[in-house]
Amino acid sequence: MTGKFASRTRRMAAIAVAVAATVTAAACGGTAGPGEAAASGLTMWALSDQTTLKESVEAYNADHPDRKITLQLFANDDYKQKLRVAFGAGQGPDIFFSWGGGALGDYVSSGKVAEISATDLDTRRFTPSVLKTATFDGKVYGIPANGLAPVVLYHNKKVLADAGVQPPRTYDDLKAAVATLKSKGVTPISLAANSKWPTLMWHEYLLDRTGGAQVFERIGAGDGSGWTDPSVTKANQLLQELVDAGAFGDNASSLSYDQGAATALLHTGKAGFELMGTWEYANIAKAAPDLVAQGNLGWTAFPTIPGGAGNPDAIVGNPSNYLSISAATKDRAAALTYLKDYVLNDAQVDAYLAAGSVPPVNGLEAKLAAVTTPDKEWLQFVYDLVQKSPTFQLSWDQALPSEQADPLLTNVDESFLKKITPEQFGQNMSKAS
Amino acid sequence: MTVARTSHRGATAWRRRTTGAAMAAPALLLFGLFGIVPLSGVVILSFTGWDGLGAISWTGAANWTSVLTDSATWDALWLTAKVMVLSWLLQTPIALALGLFQAAAGRWRALLAVLFFLPLLLSAVAVGLTWQALLDPAFGIGATPGLGWLARPLLGDPDLALYAVIFVIAWQFIPFHALLYQAGVRQIPVSLYEAAAIDGAGRGDRFWRITLPQLRYTVVTSTTLMLVGSLTYFDLIFVLSGGTGGPGTATRVLPLAMYITGFQAHDMGRASAIATILVFTGLALSLITTKWSGFTRMASQQEGS
Repeated sequence: MTGKFASRTRRMAAIAVAVAATVTAAACGGTAGPGEAAASGLTMWALSDQTTLKESVEAYNADHPDRKITLQLFANDDYKQKLRVAFGAGQGPDIFFSWGGGALGDYVSSGKVAEISATDLDTRRFTPSVLKTATFDGKVYGIPANGLAPVVLYHNKKVLADAGVQPPRTYDDLKAAVATLKSKGVTPISLAANSKWPTLMWHEYLLDRTGGAQVFERIGAGDGSGWTDPSVTKANQLLQELVDAGAFGDNASSLSYDQGAATALLHTGKAGFELMGTWEYANIAKAAPDLVAQGNLGWTAFPTIPGGAGNPDAIVGNPSNYLSISAATKDRAAALTYLKDYVLNDAQVDAYLAAGSVPPVNGLEAKLAAVTTPDKEWLQFVYDLVQKSPTFQLSWDQALPSEQADPLLTNVDESFLKKITPEQFGQNMSKAS
Repeated sequence: MTVARTSHRGATAWRRRTTGAAMAAPALLLFGLFGIVPLSGVVILSFTGWDGLGAISWTGAANWTSVLTDSATWDALWLTAKVMVLSWLLQTPIALALGLFQAAAGRWRALLAVLFFLPLLLSAVAVGLTWQALLDPAFGIGATPGLGWLARPLLGDPDLALYAVIFVIAWQFIPFHALLYQAGVRQIPVSLYEAAAIDGAGRGDRFWRITLPQLRYTVVTSTTLMLVGSLTYFDLIFVLSGGTGGPGTATRVLPLAMYITGFQAHDMGRASAIATILVFTGLALSLITTKWSGFTRMASQQEGS
């Protein structure tokens, strides 16, 4: 009873205490890191699923026993908060992992990140459209550190073949495929709408195809009136049209991506299509190895929209993850050595390719041709998709300043649920920015 | 004489006061450290602008005017009130019935009481993830033959999600309130029932005239805990809605709005303003419940004890 009663005060103070606790934790971590380790090494923070990146740190440490990097790995969910609290308290790591875009922009504008200039390391070997996401005012603040993650349209070849449907090239093909699949009793498109960001991927592509990349470029540059562009309304209309046609089935709104049900719908043959990032390939290969081995998993670029102003080769998604150097680091030279010689070096590129992921490095043709794993076709597709893309738009929720990410996802969801009209989406968003 | 007596009495009073203070000191100290200090921090932060990264800047009442004029705040407050009232209406009768059932003697009742108690032993995250999987329309309980009518997006439909959440909260907390009622029922002297039986009172009469009035303070305790608890309820809703308070904003109660403002939008000033509103609403609520019910008087209802 007392426990329950106390929980009120406890929860009230939760924010303050949580912050204090994390700061203390960061401070403790700090003493082992930059504090005493100034002479002996660096700290680096990354996500715990970055096993290939971890190998690069191990390789560096083997060569530099006197200036070792202490790598701390975190789970996805609390990483962003932890990093922010640590930097806010002046206890940030020397090297850190991020998604680029607006969130990294926050750190740049408060002077927490050091610029990586052309004399520090040669950034020309990275795919230019990928590097752009970590470039602010013409200065580079982070270098790509893992595989490309554009969003592609997956399909289950068996489901499509049973229904007599071809992979769609145009939006009209897609609508026809939706109608056919629906009449066969299959969910046409699997969508984890409960998580909101998978629905955002549809917005990103639909706007890019109808209005062109420049519409969001304007918004991303801070011009909120860009949301009232007619193509934003048009994109919302197209999405609501798909919803009305039953393209996402009856249950999309309760599917949460992390639960894996949306992925399962596709590989168990209960759905025909899914729009998702390249990481889904690895997920499906793990959950349904037979499907991939038998060549029943298909993929295409997002369909073109007839009459749309966008380039049909443009892509959206997460260009890559980035490594940045803290402005407060005591050993910038060592951090640069690591970024220059160990991140995405030859061994790393091979390791990523072997894991089914394409790193954002130019001139991979020879390496791709030499791949012998069943992933070859997939790797070639991703590489070509990115190489020929004129623009690679970062996910909007990452590109915008963090205070706009939540209104964006909420409005995306409400438009999907048809709680707001296509016109209201743009109006609400221009008000929020 | 008089002087000596007064000084003697003064000394006793003084001694009593110091012992009282000394005994309360540890609790007060801890409360000050973990209650008052962070709370004042939050109140101060609510008058500033801070993104958690840069410098803290003084913004005066700007956060307050923006929070109080934002319709999202009022929507969240309305949802919170709905959760509070509906939770009470759902949980109280079931908890009372279960408490009565468990209070009676019997081996199989004891066994069932243990089973009923299980949900409370699980963490909110475990409960949330389990129910999220169970309520999944494609792979959840809706896939069981005969339960096909449950194969609908219970957590995904903006009109149903809140009720699904209230149901899961009830599932987790009814055992706790049932336990309170069980303890309350066991404290009612058997003599009252014996006297009633002699007077020829039936089952219904005994419940309405003895059990329920005797349980009055248990009802007040349970109600206060439910009201204040649902005001600040966060974890289960967070997990069930995937951290977004969705679909749309259908389950975005005030504590969740506070979290999203503070830790996703990184607007600590506004989040602190919402937190302050929560604290004072909670305080007011518990004050009103205890005042209105006369709970503070703590008088026993049993003659002679």
